[in-house]
Amino acid sequence: MAGNLTHTRSGWGSGRVGPLWELFFRFGPPRWSDYIRSNWAGQRLVISVPYLWLLLFFLVPFLIVLKISFAEFSPLGRPPYEPVLRWLEDGALQIKLEFASYSYLLHEPLYVSAWLYSIKVAAVSTVFCLLVAYPMAYAIARSSPASRNVLLMLVILPFWTSFLLRVYAWIGLLKTDGVINQFLMAIGIIDEPLAMMNTSFAVYIGIVYSYLPFMILPLYSNLEKHDQTLLEAAQDLGAGPIRSFFRITLPLSFPGVVAGSLLVFIPAVGEYVIPTLLGRTDQLMIAGLLSDEFFRNRDWPRASSVAIAMLLLLVVPIMIFQHFQNRELRANKR
Amino acid sequence: MAERRSEKLKFEPWRDPGAQAYVRIENVTRKFGDFVAVNNVSLKIYQREIFCLLGGSGCGKSTLLRMLAGFEAVTAGSIFIDGQDMAGIPPYERPVNMMFQSYALFPHMTVEKNIAFGLEQERLSRSEIATRVTEILDIVKLGEFAVRKPHQLSGGQRQRVALARALAKRPKLLLLDEPLGALDKKLREHTQFELINIQEQLGVTFMVVTHDQEEAMTLASRIGVMNRGEIVQIGTPTEIYEFPSSEFVADFIGSVNMFEGRLVEDLPDRVRIQSDELGGLVYVDHGISAAPSATLWVAIRPEKIDIQRTPPASTHENCVKGVVKEIAYMGDVSIFLVRIDTGKIIRVTLPNIERLSDDERIMWDETVYLTWHPGSPVVVTQ
Repeated sequence: MAGNLTHTRSGWGSGRVGPLWELFFRFGPPRWSDYIRSNWAGQRLVISVPYLWLLLFFLVPFLIVLKISFAEFSPLGRPPYEPVLRWLEDGALQIKLEFASYSYLLHEPLYVSAWLYSIKVAAVSTVFCLLVAYPMAYAIARSSPASRNVLLMLVILPFWTSFLLRVYAWIGLLKTDGVINQFLMAIGIIDEPLAMMNTSFAVYIGIVYSYLPFMILPLYSNLEKHDQTLLEAAQDLGAGPIRSFFRITLPLSFPGVVAGSLLVFIPAVGEYVIPTLLGRTDQLMIAGLLSDEFFRNRDWPRASSVAIAMLLLLVVPIMIFQHFQNRELRANKR
Repeated sequence: MAERRSEKLKFEPWRDPGAQAYVRIENVTRKFGDFVAVNNVSLKIYQREIFCLLGGSGCGKSTLLRMLAGFEAVTAGSIFIDGQDMAGIPPYERPVNMMFQSYALFPHMTVEKNIAFGLEQERLSRSEIATRVTEILDIVKLGEFAVRKPHQLSGGQRQRVALARALAKRPKLLLLDEPLGALDKKLREHTQFELINIQEQLGVTFMVVTHDQEEAMTLASRIGVMNRGEIVQIGTPTEIYEFPSSEFVADFIGSVNMFEGRLVEDLPDRVRIQSDELGGLVYVDHGISAAPSATLWVAIRPEKIDIQRTPPASTHENCVKGVVKEIAYMGDVSIFLVRIDTGKIIRVTLPNIERLSDDERIMWDETVYLTWHPGSPVVVTQ
């Protein structure tokens, strides 16, 4: 505790911006570590590696598929389509675009129904996933930190076994003489075995089961961050636990709901393995149709056009939706 | 203003044996496992009071407040609000509202919606809610910010929204958990007086929890000082400051010089205490109640000690010589740390009433004489 200490500032500390050499003496020579940290070299390198990866292994194949989708089908060709781009002898580039595949998609009822069925299956599965995952995520987020890790581990644990194997396991459970039917008949609830295999119900079960972790994890990471005093405040203001949930927790968890739903819905629309193994034989989903076109009919252009249509019809609206979603989230950020 | 002051001075319901306490806390204990957070606390709070629970962190003051709000269960004892036993009543059915330390504003709602939230739970009509929201926004002077979201407000504005939201339901008792803790010093001083004005205007009973003694002194009609889960003293700010009942309170509130000592002369109207720490006798011109052999502490506030260069007249009873070790010039006052012959450091504050030249001012390493009036010391026994 010293009294009457006066500080006098003069010279370089006075805040006046002098000539360059003065700045140099004031702050010292530039250091390379600072230079790299604040310049393109380090930061952009780190970002560019994954972008380069995506460019090579996502964008380039996508462009190839796009090109093939505009090709003309030639059943006996190898590959089975006519080239789209060709250098003519006089050095000109010939571009031949064939829209037959696309117009076929729009006019063939099989495709329209497969498309609508895929959307329906994905939407219903997403809703059920949400209904199952939300209470689980909520319970995990509210459990003690020690048990939280164990519970999360249990959610992720099925990933350690093969996806295909787990879907096959469901056949054993759902088929006519499977575990579930035998059990229900043994305890006398039913007399006839239930027809569960090769139904939409089996597809829902398979998708909800397989994609549940993708719904739980984003919901959990959102719910876990919630400030518990907000719920106390709501209760203090007279809202009971149920009203507090619907007025506070649910709206605040909306970003988690959207993230989880997209993570389930997008791959579910294009799901191939589950409907093929468990689903209806008379109604294909879009991915099954695509695979049939490609492997059975060897119609590469049509298979490609299905793939492109799927992307445009699904991903583009979702990207637009997310764009607005992000803008809203940014505005709501506390 | 003067009239209201005198009215306020007369407002002492706790001295009136006929007055009904609005909140009665009876032998309340709260344990977390083996840890006793609140230990057998009994307390009465009267209507229109501002009662401050003051104590360091972990003293149990927040736990006590949360028990009133219903967020913590009571291990033993009971709480009555407005004559009604609060046992088993959930927070959303209690006639109290709380202003949270973190404000706990709903981030996804506008200021308006935040304030309306509590009213919507009462199922009031839409127009009634709108009128009351406008009314309370006027009181906290936030009318123009009604449609903003909390993140678009400054800290001081958020604090007022939190206050408005808690007051919107017109509770009889408002609980405030460190209401000014998150504000900077200037804003805090300003808001303290605003808070008092709003409280007087609406006639609400406030129960404030704070660790900041300055906040407690400005706001409170009465202060309850807490230590280790117990209330160690309840009194008006003046009583707490001038007549602390224990060494803890004397030391916790403000600065104080403490001397351990024992009684050598015990008369009904004056006592003399021998203190080895002080190296002499302390004269006190009022009687005290203490066992003759008990260890006592003499507490003297720094501003009640006079400092001078020349020895006082020998008739002066309380006088000690020392050397100035440190001086801190704070603007309004100067603080001197004086080392006396026994090695003990005594803290003295002197208001800077006149502008003194360097020659007139007491400087480092000067020999000085410290004197105080026999009425100034407070003697505590525990």
